[in-house]
Amino acid sequence: MKKWLQFLVVMTSITATSALLASGGFSDNGARQMPAVANAKWKAECSGCHMLYHPGLLPERSWHKMMAGLDKHFGENASLDQATRDEIAKFLALNSADKQDNRRSNRINQSIPAATTPLRISETRYFTSKHDEIAASTFKRKSIGSAANCAACHQAAEKGDFSESQIKIPR
Amino acid sequence: MRSAFLIMALLLSSQAYAATPSALLKQYELQAKQENAAFAGFSAAKGERFFHAERLHSDGKKVSCATCHTADPRNPGKTRASKVIDAMAVNVNPQRLSDEAKVEKWFGRNCKDVLERHCTAQEKGDFISYLLSIK
Repeated sequence: MKKWLQFLVVMTSITATSALLASGGFSDNGARQMPAVANAKWKAECSGCHMLYHPGLLPERSWHKMMAGLDKHFGENASLDQATRDEIAKFLALNSADKQDNRRSNRINQSIPAATTPLRISETRYFTSKHDEIAASTFKRKSIGSAANCAACHQAAEKGDFSESQIKIPR
Repeated sequence: MRSAFLIMALLLSSQAYAATPSALLKQYELQAKQENAAFAGFSAAKGERFFHAERLHSDGKKVSCATCHTADPRNPGKTRASKVIDAMAVNVNPQRLSDEAKVEKWFGRNCKDVLERHCTAQEKGDFISYLLSIK
């Protein structure tokens, strides 16, 4: 009986250590998925033209750059009045990938070289390695449009939930 | 009695931001007269041509309002980022033209995106007249 217990303790610690190693040695105190966040202006303004991107998908410096260039937002004019812009910028900064402690945000953040400030989530190394089995032609399907349309395949993307069980790739 | 006044006041204040299409048209008419002394009213037919008019954007692509809103404003459209845009025709979508700030926001953005300039009050009034004329 005692030997059996010893075995269990050893196995548990091995599992815990390998989990820690797998996560890149980073202490993932948080959950696997991004936490629920809410701001009425963010929700209203940032989902007028595209799906609602969770702030935990990019680091603070990316959101800062994004919100400073809304008049030329991926080729479109998405300017906001100053007060709305400031409120959303603050909310994004507060909940950005480098201010979060969940596994997904941590990994996205770690995959971005410190000297770069990406605006497209799909250009991060985390994204490209996660989607390397998806053909370019799949992203171009009419039902998907582009890699920017997370919610086409990730059913709960707008909640920040990108778990495997929530994926359904449309034809 | 007092509570009735209170309710009235609340109702009125909540309407402050809202608009009706005809109130919007009135406003654009005032502006259009300032922009052009020879203003001769709005035209749904001109608004329809405006909606469909294709131009070459400086990015090399052909664009019109219809590019995203589809050729028929009764249909839902699609943004370049694949998000559905609710139908524009007021008859199909009564929420259209009911919020002045929203109308101005989207004229502001979309005129710049398609025409690379602001729209005139004449163009806005013509276009609203067109949307209202669709059964």
